[in-house]
Amino acid sequence: MNEQYILELEGIHKSFNGVKVLENVNFKVKAGEVHALVGGNGAGKSTLMKILTGVYKCDKGVIKINGKVIKIEDPNDAKKYGIRMIFQELSLVPTLTVAENIFLTNEPITKGFAINKRIIQEKTSKLLKEFDIDVDPNARVSSLGVGYCQLIEIAKSLATEANILIMDEPTASLSEAETNILFNFIKKLKEKGVSIIYISHRMNEIFKVADRITILRDGKNVITTEIDKINIQEIIEYMMGSKVEKIFEWQERDQMIDNDYILEVKELTVNSQIKDISFKLKKGEILGIAGLMGSGRTEILEAIFGIREKIKGEILIEGKRTEIKSVKDAISAGIALVPENRREQGLVLMHSVKENIILPNLQRLLHVFAINTKKVKMLVETSIKEFSIKTDSINKPVRFLSGGNQQKVVIAKWLKTNPKVLLLDEPTAGVDVGAKGEIVNIIREFANSGKGVIVVSSELAELLAVCDRILILSKGRIINEYLRKDIESEEVLQHAIQQ
Amino acid sequence: MPSNNNTSKIRYWNIKNIEWRKYIVYIAFVIVFLFFAITLHDQGFTSISNILNITRQTAMISIMAVAMTFVIGAAQIDLSVGSITALTSLVTALILANNGGIIMAVLGGLATGAIIGAINGFFITKINIPAFLVTLGTMGITRGLAMWITDTAAVPISNNTYNFIFGLGDIYGFPILFIWTLVILIIGHFVLNYTPFGKYTLATGGKEEAAKYTGVNTQKIKFMVMLFSGIMASFAGLLYAGRMQAGRYSYGEGDELSVIAAVILGGTSLSGGTGSVIGSVFGSLMMGMINNGLIIAGLSVSQQMIVRGVIIILAVALGSKTNTKN
Repeated sequence: MNEQYILELEGIHKSFNGVKVLENVNFKVKAGEVHALVGGNGAGKSTLMKILTGVYKCDKGVIKINGKVIKIEDPNDAKKYGIRMIFQELSLVPTLTVAENIFLTNEPITKGFAINKRIIQEKTSKLLKEFDIDVDPNARVSSLGVGYCQLIEIAKSLATEANILIMDEPTASLSEAETNILFNFIKKLKEKGVSIIYISHRMNEIFKVADRITILRDGKNVITTEIDKINIQEIIEYMMGSKVEKIFEWQERDQMIDNDYILEVKELTVNSQIKDISFKLKKGEILGIAGLMGSGRTEILEAIFGIREKIKGEILIEGKRTEIKSVKDAISAGIALVPENRREQGLVLMHSVKENIILPNLQRLLHVFAINTKKVKMLVETSIKEFSIKTDSINKPVRFLSGGNQQKVVIAKWLKTNPKVLLLDEPTAGVDVGAKGEIVNIIREFANSGKGVIVVSSELAELLAVCDRILILSKGRIINEYLRKDIESEEVLQHAIQQ
Repeated sequence: MPSNNNTSKIRYWNIKNIEWRKYIVYIAFVIVFLFFAITLHDQGFTSISNILNITRQTAMISIMAVAMTFVIGAAQIDLSVGSITALTSLVTALILANNGGIIMAVLGGLATGAIIGAINGFFITKINIPAFLVTLGTMGITRGLAMWITDTAAVPISNNTYNFIFGLGDIYGFPILFIWTLVILIIGHFVLNYTPFGKYTLATGGKEEAAKYTGVNTQKIKFMVMLFSGIMASFAGLLYAGRMQAGRYSYGEGDELSVIAAVILGGTSLSGGTGSVIGSVFGSLMMGMINNGLIIAGLSVSQQMIVRGVIIILAVALGSKTNTKN
């Protein structure tokens, strides 16, 4: 029985400062399988993986590889046993070539101290060919797209014989095409007998790629099962415990959509490809924009928000023509944008929850010309309550918050500017299911108060859950428009996008 | 906020680490002070006159450090400040020598720094050259101008009112240089912590793109901090001129490094996004105190330089070591 498992973690316990983070967790991986590891933030996924990779030591428990009990004291031990982790943050050096990166810490040295360039190039070509990665070994990493970087990152870990590969949100920054390349890649790895532990918040990917799934909640095992014996709603219920709502189901809106327009965009032209975009948004309406990556979704939002220059086009707010040339203009016109890249554009990560929330609101917090600390405290504390941001202090740097809570900080800082129109670009990317539900509810409530919302998202389920109307964008043009009630299923929408 | 056992533990752990870095300068300050107070007590280190003397000697560095806190906070750097003090002292001394009057002399001096600061800001924001390179260039140009303007000759200042206000005066026993330092410190602290400009500065240094997406005109902020730094450097130049009763091309040689060291000692990160004006001034005072103590102890100039270098590295290392634990 034990023979079939390549990796067994049995009865793992771990506490920090007396607080139990993992309690009697069992986790077993078969050779050549993709095993999804799922759980909300704080469920203990990353702690478990850090124990496996030697970053932490477990307080109690047994780790077995191929049935033999082993000890993992530090990351080098983990490497020795062929355990590798692909990090969310890419660890490639952009100024070096692909080959140099792959062999960065284990260069084959032949003559004295000199690196043998020919050998590393040959080895890299072989490796890339093996996995059908179409990249020149001599290309600089900085010249490649994020997707290829991710693949090279994986190839790098395979250059040193890995048999257990941990992938943490590997598709977070990949386009759909790149995701497909990654999935093919995973298939090849499986054929070679490599086991993959796949951590992701994206349910549809888990169903596509995983063989089995283990769900953790509050540091304990909930269930381990074959992927085809479970469905998405069950997974969410297991993850969330009792507090589950059917968030991804379309809800009839309690507020009727007004007949007045809150935003009108006329013949907006951003560049030679994205041109003559016209649409209208009613008060209380949630409008979705669906389209493939590169169809111009982000550019349109950024042009409305004034951060991207537009060639021509008119923007009307509540019927009034409004000139928007900068973000400042947009804010005073009542437009807010929750940007696509939370870590670069949404937040100053090193700054506190407080500093981030007040940044766009400073002008309203002034007393004569000094910032009023009482007003600041009130604004921040009400935001934390209103959007249930989980932080133990308003002065905690946002980089210590989970993805979901970080995103809630971004939404809070913008909603506190009292916008009339809220633009959201991939609002739930890299956010766990629980927080996704909360964000969806925040969007609904905001629209119910008679404001306008535009949502851009690659997650069609999310668009279908919140939008009243969806525009289909292709190569910079609006090619179609659907009312939510006319879309029967995700497949219909998927088909519409792919045209 | 609802906080269970778990989060309160984590919070304690985090705050312990974060605050440590901010306070390291005060701890180091007290340790150095106590060390000299005990070992050099008999040589008069703790006498009132010596302590007031330290505040006189450090005033220029402290004032430039206040402005540099904004510059580094915005993830920029200004190497031209030392040279600006020299050129300013000469411009001011020349205006006084030609009977231009105190007001014209001061305005002329401050305009010198403003112009160079604006040039720095222009090349950083409009031509997109890194601040390090721009100010490395203006540092040389400014020092060269200072030497050229009088052909390296010093220009004496005989206006006693000027010398009183900008260098030698005492008010109720407090050196006027100390009072200037205090005034600039209070203004700087207020602007950094209680005005939108201060918040925008740190947001620009913390993550420029995020600041832009939040409506901060980051180019304007970068221009303004360079301008502000130039003006404060020329203010320091006015003080050098008043204290020495002359304008001279050699003032402020190497000051840019002392100023940057003071700011970093004060807990500001060289990569931007954080900043403490009070910390910077304490960093400056601490370095002044070390200089003063070592002179009293009878160390030679070469020994002083070595000891000072060691102390700076130790203090910054202590601060960053405790910081990386996070």
